[in-house]
Amino acid sequence: MNGVHDLGGMHGFGPVAPEQNEPVFHSDWEKRVFAMTLTAMGRRVCNVDEFRRTIEQMPPAAYLAASYYEKWLHAVEALLVEKGVATREEIAAGHAAAPGTARTTAALGNGGGVESFDSSAVKLRSDKRYRPRFKVGDRVVARNFNPEHHTRLPRYARGRRGVVRYDHGVFVFPDTHAHGKGARPQHVYTVEFEAKELWGADRNERAPVFLDCWDDYLERARTAAGKPATKAHAAKPAMRSRSRSRAAAGKGRKR
Amino acid sequence: MSDAHDHHDGPDHHNAPLSEPAQRVKALEQLLIEKGLVSPQALDELIDTYERHIGPRNGARVVARVWTDPAYRKRLLASAAHAIEELGFPPGPQGEHMMALENTPRVHHLVVCTLCSCYPWSVLGLPPVWYKSTAYRASAVNDPRGLLKGFGLDVGDKEVRVWDSSSEMRYFVIPERPAGTEHLTEDELADLVTRDSMIGTGLPKSPAGNARGAGKSR
Repeated sequence: MNGVHDLGGMHGFGPVAPEQNEPVFHSDWEKRVFAMTLTAMGRRVCNVDEFRRTIEQMPPAAYLAASYYEKWLHAVEALLVEKGVATREEIAAGHAAAPGTARTTAALGNGGGVESFDSSAVKLRSDKRYRPRFKVGDRVVARNFNPEHHTRLPRYARGRRGVVRYDHGVFVFPDTHAHGKGARPQHVYTVEFEAKELWGADRNERAPVFLDCWDDYLERARTAAGKPATKAHAAKPAMRSRSRSRAAAGKGRKR
Repeated sequence: MSDAHDHHDGPDHHNAPLSEPAQRVKALEQLLIEKGLVSPQALDELIDTYERHIGPRNGARVVARVWTDPAYRKRLLASAAHAIEELGFPPGPQGEHMMALENTPRVHHLVVCTLCSCYPWSVLGLPPVWYKSTAYRASAVNDPRGLLKGFGLDVGDKEVRVWDSSSEMRYFVIPERPAGTEHLTEDELADLVTRDSMIGTGLPKSPAGNARGAGKSR
C-alpha cells in the first residue's frame, strides 16, 4: 500500500539525532511488548509479514506519532483479535473471558532464549528449488504498480531500471503472505539502482541503492527497439566474491 | 501523560501512574499469561538475552576475526550466517539470512530499512532509536552523503552503496581495518569496532582511542 511507512526519499523529517549512551530499551513496558511479540510470532499467532502489514495499516498521523514499540503494541493487540486469540474486550480488561481458550495452545517451553525458538515457526526461506526468472547481471525494471495490499517494493523504485547483482534464493512472498493468501515462494534478488535513475539526472554521484526485490516485482528491461536489453557490465570488483549465488549453484541452505 | 506526578516520586516509582502504553502492556501480559501464550519467566529470559548477550559486541568479534583470519573472511563472505554462528552467535530472529558488506578503499556501504526497521539482530542487537527514525529512513537512500556528514563522516569520493533491507536478508558492514593496528590482538581489535561502523554511519575507533567519524561510544 502507498502508506506513510514508505519513507525512502521523503523530505522534511529533519536531521538524524542519535542519543548518546542509548539503553537497549527505554522503559519496562518496551521490554515486555518486545518479548511478548517475539513469543507470539514464535507460536505462530501471526507471521512477520502480517505484523508489518498491521503496522502499515495504522492511520498515517498515528503511525508518525507512535514510537517503535508503540507500533509493536498496536500490531500485537490488533493481530491477537484478528487471529481470534483474544477479543477487544479481553485486551481492554487484561483478563481472559474463559481461561485457557487460546487457539495457540502449544505448551510453553522452559526457556525464552533465542536458542529455544522454533525457527520453523518463522521460516521464510524455502529450500525447494524454484526457477529464477532472472540471473545476476540482468537488466530489469521494477514494476510500476500501486497496490492497496502490503508490498515490499517501495515507491521510489517503481518503474526504475536496475541491474540484478545477487540472487539470494527462494523466500515467501510478502504481498500474499501478509494477507493469508499463501506463501508463493520465489527468488529474491538484490537489484542495483543508480542514483540518477532514482532521483533525477542532476544526481550524477556514485551513490547507488541496492534494493532487495522479489521475482514478481521485476520485469525484463527492454531496449528502445523493444528487445530485451543485453547483459549489464560485470559485477564490480568489490562484489566478485559473492557473484556466484547460492541459488544458482542449486544449494538451498540446510536448516 | 504522567509528567505532573512523577516529580513527587523520587527514586520510588511504584506509586507513579503508569503511562498509557505501560498500562496496556501490563494488561496484555496478564491476558496472555491466562491464555497460556506467554510465561513471565520466559519473557524475562528473552529480555535478558537482548539486553546483555546479543549486541554490537558480537558483530565486533566477527569483524575482528575477519581482519585477522583470511580463511574466516572467505567463509563469512560466502555464507555469513554460518560464519557468525561459528563464533558462538546463533542466528536467532533477524539473523538467519545474512550478508556481510566489506568496505574497500573505493566503496563505503550504508545499511537502512526504509519501509520499517529491519536490522541484523544477531550481530548488532536491537536497533537504536535513530536507526528506526523517520529522518534516517527517509534520507539514507537519496542523500547518503549528507546523512553521513550529519554523523561527522566524510567518505570523500568513495562510492556510497546504500542497502535498503526490504527483504528478509540482513546486512552489516565490515569496516576497513584502521591503520596502525598491525600489532593489536583480535580482542584489542574488537574493542575498536563500533556499532555505527557496522551500519555504515561511522568508522572504527583509531588505536589511540579517538573515534573517527564521531563514532565515539556508539
